Amino acid sequence: MSTTATAIGVSSKRGIWGGGNEPLKASYGKLMMWFFLLSDIFTFAAFLITYAAIRVSYPAYSGTMDAFQGSNEYWPIPELVFDAFPFFHGVHMPLVFVGLMTFILIMSSVTMVLAVEAGHRNDKDDVVKWMLWTLLGGITFLSCQAWEWSHFIHGSDNGAVLTYVNSLNQVVTETIYGANLVVNEYGPAAFAQLFFFITGFHGFHVTIGVVLLFLAFYQAAVGVYERRGHYEMIEKIGLYWHFVDLVWVFVFTFFYLI
Amino acid sequence: MATANLATHGATDHDHDHEHHDNFITKYIFSTDHKMIGKQFLVTGIFWALIGGFLSILFRLQLGFPDMDLTFLKPLLGGWIDDAGKLDPNFYLALVTMHGTIMVFFVLTAGLSGTFSNFLIPLQIGARDMASGFMNMLSYWFFFVSGVIMFISLFLENGPAGGGWVVYPPLSALEQAIPGSGMGMTLWLIAMTFFIASSLLGGINYITTVINLRTKGMSFSRLPLTIWAFFLTAVIGLLSFPVLFAAALLLVFDRSFGTSFYLSDIYISGEGALPNTGGSPVLYQHLFWFLGHPEVYIVLLPALGITSEVIATNSRKPIFGYKAMIISMLGITILSFVVWAHHMFVSGMNPFLGSIFMFLTLIIAIPSAVKVFNYLTTLWRGNLIFTPAMLFSIGLVSFFISGGLTGIFLGNSAIDIQLHDTYFVVAHFHLVMGSASFFGLMAGVYHWFPKMFGRMMDARLGYIHFWLTFVGVYLVFFPMHYIGIAGFPRRYYSWTNFEFSNMYTDLNMFVSAAAIITFAAQFIFLFNFFYSMYRGRKASLNPWRSTTLEWTTPLFPGHGNWPGEIPAVYRWPYDYSKPGAKEDFIMQTVPLSATPESNLPHEQELVKLEKEIIAEEEEVLVANESKES
Repeated sequence: MSTTATAIGVSSKRGIWGGGNEPLKASYGKLMMWFFLLSDIFTFAAFLITYAAIRVSYPAYSGTMDAFQGSNEYWPIPELVFDAFPFFHGVHMPLVFVGLMTFILIMSSVTMVLAVEAGHRNDKDDVVKWMLWTLLGGITFLSCQAWEWSHFIHGSDNGAVLTYVNSLNQVVTETIYGANLVVNEYGPAAFAQLFFFITGFHGFHVTIGVVLLFLAFYQAAVGVYERRGHYEMIEKIGLYWHFVDLVWVFVFTFFYLI
Repeated sequence: MATANLATHGATDHDHDHEHHDNFITKYIFSTDHKMIGKQFLVTGIFWALIGGFLSILFRLQLGFPDMDLTFLKPLLGGWIDDAGKLDPNFYLALVTMHGTIMVFFVLTAGLSGTFSNFLIPLQIGARDMASGFMNMLSYWFFFVSGVIMFISLFLENGPAGGGWVVYPPLSALEQAIPGSGMGMTLWLIAMTFFIASSLLGGINYITTVINLRTKGMSFSRLPLTIWAFFLTAVIGLLSFPVLFAAALLLVFDRSFGTSFYLSDIYISGEGALPNTGGSPVLYQHLFWFLGHPEVYIVLLPALGITSEVIATNSRKPIFGYKAMIISMLGITILSFVVWAHHMFVSGMNPFLGSIFMFLTLIIAIPSAVKVFNYLTTLWRGNLIFTPAMLFSIGLVSFFISGGLTGIFLGNSAIDIQLHDTYFVVAHFHLVMGSASFFGLMAGVYHWFPKMFGRMMDARLGYIHFWLTFVGVYLVFFPMHYIGIAGFPRRYYSWTNFEFSNMYTDLNMFVSAAAIITFAAQFIFLFNFFYSMYRGRKASLNPWRSTTLEWTTPLFPGHGNWPGEIPAVYRWPYDYSKPGAKEDFIMQTVPLSATPESNLPHEQELVKLEKEIIAEEEEVLVANESKES
């Protein structure tokens, strides 16, 4: 970084905040990404607070685990709701699938770090390789989420008998399978609404991330960054990708653990 | 090396003025020049201010003259005036909603912050342009799209949004509640989403530019207070607008996709229960006011920053308490995030929680008072020059005091229970936030008009505009305090049904008449603004004899602002009437070593360091030049 000072003719005696330089040693693009993420934190925080506010307004399930039945009177136990795994129909595997999803996403963050590190070395081949792995991780996560949603919507074999007001404003009692925005077999309507809304909003972020990853992967592969002389774009997209991962950790905690 | 390239990019790119061959579209429409974008925001803001003001005249007619025959408005409002010549009550609700939305967001957020942050940040910190000119352009065009959508909503058959500018659910969430919760509300939410995107794009740019693009020597302790204000405003916006976005998105789902985040157990118009269960309308209020309160300071801080600059310049005195001003603004910035629930004292919240929010709210009086006293002490014994900008700035201080005092009443949860949702509140925030910010905006326009358009605005018309507006604002809003204490609730279409209201009919009529005169006075400004743009007296380079960097640019700065090198900065921006100095102001670009006659002891000590820095940088410059040739 010492070159920065001489390159634009700023005396080192001016001090870090003396102007004419980049005091945080970050280009404007990177700063912008940081500030965008700071603002996005507040968006997600608002959603998670909404979740918490509605969640605590319902009583928790108080019976034994074995006797658990979905009901709109109390909030469900997440590990009894999310216990399915593809190709293991009917097997009780609490949180295994979502654990796998989380693992994949976190691993994609690791490969992202490796891509950024390769970028620092100006090693094109390594950047391309690690970007591809990251991209695959992102796509896999989204596919897993699609399966998770699909399973959540279609529901279990037995369903649950619920009394609720249907969309024609009539009070009905019937067996409910799966979930939609009005009623679901797992718990109060708000349970599914929040699930769809917040994991959907996160999934939307991941989707944008995947698009960005693809663009960066492509540009790295055809040598755009090599000609530019630096791989800063990889770093900026990396910041976003890590953020999306970090947010998932919170979403995961709120929906699946508490 | 990567960052070095980026940093030099600006300097090399704009070294020559003649590099830019803009056609009409790239110069005036899709411009990436911060100065043009600032002007775009200003003109759009003025357009919206006229609409917002006009809407308020319509409902003031209804409130001041409830028996009036409004048939003459039929050509304009059509079906909203019924056969008896009366304003439609639902349209009345839409009018107050749109007046609030337009004024708060489109005029005093985009029109004020958008104009002056864009125009002044690069000019006053010594930068070629914003960090990202493209994002800056997007910011304006998102705002423009938002405006177009909001404008279209005015002409819907069911009218624009009608649930008040706060759009509280369940009223705003259920289409069957009022006509204004139909398509108008949908468009409101879409428009606001674009607006939030615009303000985020702008805000990220402002913050980054201030951090990264300050010229040599422009440390944070030498920033003009305007820039501090814009910077902190952008920070507030960055952290609070996303929460409004979250609140709005949840509302969109409640309205259009059948969720019930804000809805529970609702019976409406004799139908059976709605299917919605489990939500909480109070949740929306919390989310909304987490933006809503900081929004007050988003609107106010830029105006206060502009005032600091204008008052110091026209008092020919350093601003009193520069550091105290910065610390106060920082304090206001932080406190603005922890007081939101004082808007919700009557929402059924725990009175103990209310007392905590009351305590935090009242603390804001301290930094606010510090700022007021600093303005007053800057004015004290100054060589006052009453330019129109100066008058508007003093007017701002006046409104800030008289409106701020009633804020102390309303911040008390016990008194607020009596005064909540009355005209006392309306009077309070129109003075302290509405009029004060509007006066800051006006001060800014009069003060920086020469830099924007190279010509002067007519001062005499400025004085007339000022006095009519200043007196008019007090005539409008002072009586509202009494009306409010008497118990008049806001947002009511008519009070004639209440016996007690009879004795205030005259006062309401008076308020309406004053409002019409004040609104009419704005056309003086409008004429002055557009006339001076083409026919005004040619401005000199530094007409107010001010110290800041924007006055070192050419009369018509090109894209890049300075031909040749960006000037370096050697002192703070408030060296007015310095003892010993030849003139009563010293530009920021004058080195301390050039003014030994006026340097204070601690500045004299810095001269040696300053000389070393200048020598070192010249050496580099010479080396670079010889390398190039």
